[in-house]
Amino acid sequence: METIVSDSMVQNTNQVEGRAVPEKTLGEIQVDNPRMSARNVNVFYGEKQAIDNISLDIGMSQVISFIGPSGCGKSTFLRCLNRMNDTIDICKVDGEIKIDHQNIYDPAIDVVSLRARVGMVFQKPNPFPKSIFDNIAYGPRIHGLAASKVELDQIVESSLQRAGLWEEVKDRLDQPGTGLSGGQQQRLCIARAIAVSPEVILMDEPCSALDPIATAKVEELIHELREQYTIVIVTHSMQQAARISDRTAYFHLGKLVEVGDTKQVFTNPKHELTQDYITGRFG
Amino acid sequence: MTDRTYQRLDPQQAAERVKASINLRKRKETRFLWLGKTAVAIALGFLVLLFAGILSKGIPGLFQYYVTLDVRLDARQLDPSGQMTVESLAGGDFDGAILTSLYEALGNPEGRKEKREARRLISSGSSQRLMNYVLDNPEQLESMVSIQFAVDDDVDTFLRGLISRETPEADRRISDQLIGYIDALEAEGRISYEISDYLFFGSASRDAEMAGIRGALVGSILTLLVCIVIAFPLGVATAVYLEEMAPKNRLTEIIEININNLAAVPSVVFGIMGLAIFIVAFGMPRSIPLVGGIVLALMTLPTIIISSRAAIRAVPPSIRDAALGVGASKMQTIMHHVLPLAMPGMLTGTIIGMAQALGETAPLLMIGMVAFIVDVPAGVTDPGTVLPVQIFMWADFAERMFVQKTSAAIIVLLAFLISMNAAAILLRKKLERRW
Repeated sequence: METIVSDSMVQNTNQVEGRAVPEKTLGEIQVDNPRMSARNVNVFYGEKQAIDNISLDIGMSQVISFIGPSGCGKSTFLRCLNRMNDTIDICKVDGEIKIDHQNIYDPAIDVVSLRARVGMVFQKPNPFPKSIFDNIAYGPRIHGLAASKVELDQIVESSLQRAGLWEEVKDRLDQPGTGLSGGQQQRLCIARAIAVSPEVILMDEPCSALDPIATAKVEELIHELREQYTIVIVTHSMQQAARISDRTAYFHLGKLVEVGDTKQVFTNPKHELTQDYITGRFG
Repeated sequence: MTDRTYQRLDPQQAAERVKASINLRKRKETRFLWLGKTAVAIALGFLVLLFAGILSKGIPGLFQYYVTLDVRLDARQLDPSGQMTVESLAGGDFDGAILTSLYEALGNPEGRKEKREARRLISSGSSQRLMNYVLDNPEQLESMVSIQFAVDDDVDTFLRGLISRETPEADRRISDQLIGYIDALEAEGRISYEISDYLFFGSASRDAEMAGIRGALVGSILTLLVCIVIAFPLGVATAVYLEEMAPKNRLTEIIEININNLAAVPSVVFGIMGLAIFIVAFGMPRSIPLVGGIVLALMTLPTIIISSRAAIRAVPPSIRDAALGVGASKMQTIMHHVLPLAMPGMLTGTIIGMAQALGETAPLLMIGMVAFIVDVPAGVTDPGTVLPVQIFMWADFAERMFVQKTSAAIIVLLAFLISMNAAAILLRKKLERRW
């Protein structure tokens, strides 16, 4: 006689024996030179609490990756950093997130200028249905970054070059951005984000829709961009987090369980949940 | 999961059961397919019937019979004061000139009865036609010219074979004498069957042979112009506000429900409202395209709003995210990305609304656009009528020839509709972008 027990019934529960989510984040949430710092952030979707009292610093010119099982709040937290959650009516954020000692949820802060400083790259490549040139030029145009046509051309060229796409598209800038391959589209989106010269770039699983070769290119790009930008990346790939990030934060059920240097988190995690996740016991 | 003692099927049994269920599924699918095909065939059949009916009746209506007469343009008779203006020509005896040439063509009939019958042959609008000819060609005064005059509507009906010679004289609308004249003219080759210029360039008239749709066509265009100028911006703005900016609360919910209900309100109700508000309360004149356009705009607004909202909702959220992500404001996101992408859908909805408005009769009857107006409206505040109302009026007239004119007007209305739809499709194709 066989009994049917689904594997998924074991996964995604916090009732893992003796492995409760800790009240306080393990590891060092502070860094010496923070670009952004979040303190006691709570996020609610209506009645449901998606983020529970998270505090975290994001270091200048560092790559920090957020890992954790689905629904753990890592993307929600990421979207708090440039207030993309504002578009969701039922979403309520409290606590404070500072950039240059200014709370970004302060009513006096202009969300438009915040997003010019904190750019974003999304999970699915989402170029505008416009030409490659216009995709890059859109941001500089609306923010008035280019004083002349020549300058705008230079911004477009340098952005594409930094995104490693220039050689591939320089002869067809007037063709639609949606006509590129998935990996090229994602690099176009990264070029679009850096065209407005942000200080921080948020990336929400930027490689999840890409094949391994395109992923390798994007990772290489992130590696180069870290010199100039602070990068926050959400990823489901532990190898990716290990390869590209300086610090790693592990989220679980809306809480930040552990944060630390990537090497330490992956070789010597402080919490059993982190240990289980990175060794593939669940997630 | 409730019955834990459930025995799993062995693969053999499972395969048999799947096979049995596949046959059942296939039969169901075939039945459904045939149902669909039959429905389409029936719909197409009715469409063919409709078009065949309209075209077979309407195409003859695009033509009418003319009689060619040789008229001597005598300056003293036609323009006694010699100024060649509309006023001076009004004093001229155009009827006399036409009748002289008509009698001549018929071999100069003697006697009052014969002459009276001969006069019944040509349209009463003939003198106006001759006057216009003289105004257009003043250099031909004092010469002999051949001009085509429309025949009277009864004669036209007879020439179409719709009045039988076999009917006793007392029971038909034309006399034996007149039939004799018609035969004589036909034998001389003076009767011709041509595209009706009165239909396209004439305006409302009680005389069937002179009745035309020009006034109604211009009225329709003016009314639709007012309608689109009001309804499109209002509808799109409402849709954008409700979809992108309005808070989701009780009030907006009530507004939404009411907009959807408004789409189902009978159009005549909008007419009554237009009468009560614009004509009675605001004191605007009756029968003008401006009021008609406003009433139709109110009627088409729900259609435009609903389809525009659907179009806005169909814009992928990733595009919004992308725009917001590079720091576009909400308004910029809407104006630069959402609206251009939603525009094809919005235009489709608008054209559907306009097509509805074009065919609408009831609300326009309420605001008096059913009046008998001979002049072509020169602006939106000139009294006028519209195509469907014109058709409605003609269908009511007793003369036989109005039946053909009605069908011809329906063809023009359909052609108008089809070209509007074609324009919409072309526009959509042009604007449509894939992502």
